[in-house]
Amino acid sequence: MKKMLSNPALWRGVVSIAVFLVLWEIGARSKQWMAPEFFAPFKEFLGAMGFKKDYLPWIGAVPAPSAVLDSWTAVFVDASYWQSWYMSFFRVMSGFIAAMLIGIPFGLSLAMSRVAHGIGFPVFEVLRPIPPLAWVPASIIFWPTQETAIAFITFLGAFYTIVINVLGGARSIDVRYFQAARSMGSSRWDIFRRVILPGTLPSIVVGSAVGMGITWEVVVAAEMISGGGSQIGGTRGGGLGFFIWLSYVGGSYEQIVVGMISIGIAGFVSSELLRWGGRYATPWLKAR
Amino acid sequence: MTRGHIVIEDVVKVYDPQGAAVMAVDHCTLAIEPGEICMIVGPSGCGKTTLLNAVAGFHEITSGRIIMDGEVLCSPEKPRSTPGPDRIVVFQNGALFPWKTNLDNVIFGPVMQGKLARKEAIDKGRAMLADAGLSGVEHNYPGEVSSGMRRRVEIVRALMNDPKALLLDEPYRALDSLTKSVMHEALLEIYYKNKVTIFFITHDLEEAIFLGHRVAIMTTRPCKPKKILNVDIPHPRDYSALTSKRFRELIEETNDAVHEEAWKAFQAGEKEG
Repeated sequence: MKKMLSNPALWRGVVSIAVFLVLWEIGARSKQWMAPEFFAPFKEFLGAMGFKKDYLPWIGAVPAPSAVLDSWTAVFVDASYWQSWYMSFFRVMSGFIAAMLIGIPFGLSLAMSRVAHGIGFPVFEVLRPIPPLAWVPASIIFWPTQETAIAFITFLGAFYTIVINVLGGARSIDVRYFQAARSMGSSRWDIFRRVILPGTLPSIVVGSAVGMGITWEVVVAAEMISGGGSQIGGTRGGGLGFFIWLSYVGGSYEQIVVGMISIGIAGFVSSELLRWGGRYATPWLKAR
Repeated sequence: MTRGHIVIEDVVKVYDPQGAAVMAVDHCTLAIEPGEICMIVGPSGCGKTTLLNAVAGFHEITSGRIIMDGEVLCSPEKPRSTPGPDRIVVFQNGALFPWKTNLDNVIFGPVMQGKLARKEAIDKGRAMLADAGLSGVEHNYPGEVSSGMRRRVEIVRALMNDPKALLLDEPYRALDSLTKSVMHEALLEIYYKNKVTIFFITHDLEEAIFLGHRVAIMTTRPCKPKKILNVDIPHPRDYSALTSKRFRELIEETNDAVHEEAWKAFQAGEKEG
């Protein structure tokens, strides 16, 4: 602990965040970017750019950190705020776990079987460039409930990355490991279990970490677009994405920022969990 | 002793016979006596690794035969021999499984073949690692120990299979010369205890003469024996052999042949491999 406190990197980080918050607070309270006279010479140009006469982007339009903190303490005791957390986490995890359960075996079979690769890969490559968000309308029509539609979209967000990483990882296993395993009398199943699977594990971890990041991006957007499953859950429990959207519609700008920061924290927590799990699954890598 | 008698008979290997038709091995004939250390010296890319891979069963041959202890490993009817625990390769850059601890690596062969129960294999593996002075790294991953130690662990892993022959493919190539000289003595020590046939590929003439009973100097691609040298320095040897008069004489006797092939390889611009 003492060692941590004397670490200059820690203090640099603290100071950096503190300065950021102070500047933001000052900016938000100033209510004005600069004297309007300053912009007078550029008025015509700015007008052509679509800016209204006296309205230029200024930090004063953003709620101050102190106001955000106030708003946060208010929603902190509100069950629907935590319900939003729960819903988003639930969607991210269900989509993500489904992506792992389907993506890892699919990627491995693409890597191991020429037939599977020949049949599966072209379809995969055709669908892969379609951004998950482009699937939103189609999946709302296709899936019976909003909930399954959102889970499907988060699934897509992680699925492609996981498959590509598993495929690449399994293919880049050094041929010497297969030769050594065969010389020492391994069956095909042994080679799969004791060479291919552990050899691919680091790529599975990397693919999952990247996929997890995409999943959070996708879930927020999906919740905003689809109305956060509002038919089933009402305005409560629409997820953090819908929480932001509702705050925007309701004109509570402090809450928008609360929602944004909440998603940041949620994403950070899930990638930390994943990193921890990854370290546990690949203990030999820490030696490098 | 009749274990590990390898006969290479008139072996030819042509890569891509329909297209570029690169001849890697040209009517190569070589007999390796049981329990012998036979060193194969040739310039990089001369085709000596191809020969080793044919014995191990990783590559097909185009014609000829390879026989071990009376059993035909490969022939025109069966161009690729089946890899097996009787011929274990120790690779140039090492092939210990990075995801297994050194001990788990060492017990891999006997457990896979069902020769030993896991518990017995662990006991045997511990004993063999201790014998090679590697007790301290049992529970380390290969990535956590020095490359010299990794190579020793890999040789122990090979010997755990009770092979008839060890096939070493420039195992010390990546090591610095000081580590290398220590590794040579360590290998001889293991050899004196286990007396297994050793088929050792290298491009280092001093290494070859120091370790081998015989040294086969190969021509550059296509590869076949150019000169076979009997090393009459008695075993057991230690590093003092390096400074003996006979050692120097043998180097002098063979240096020209090796150098000439190296020049040919250099002029042909062969790639490493």
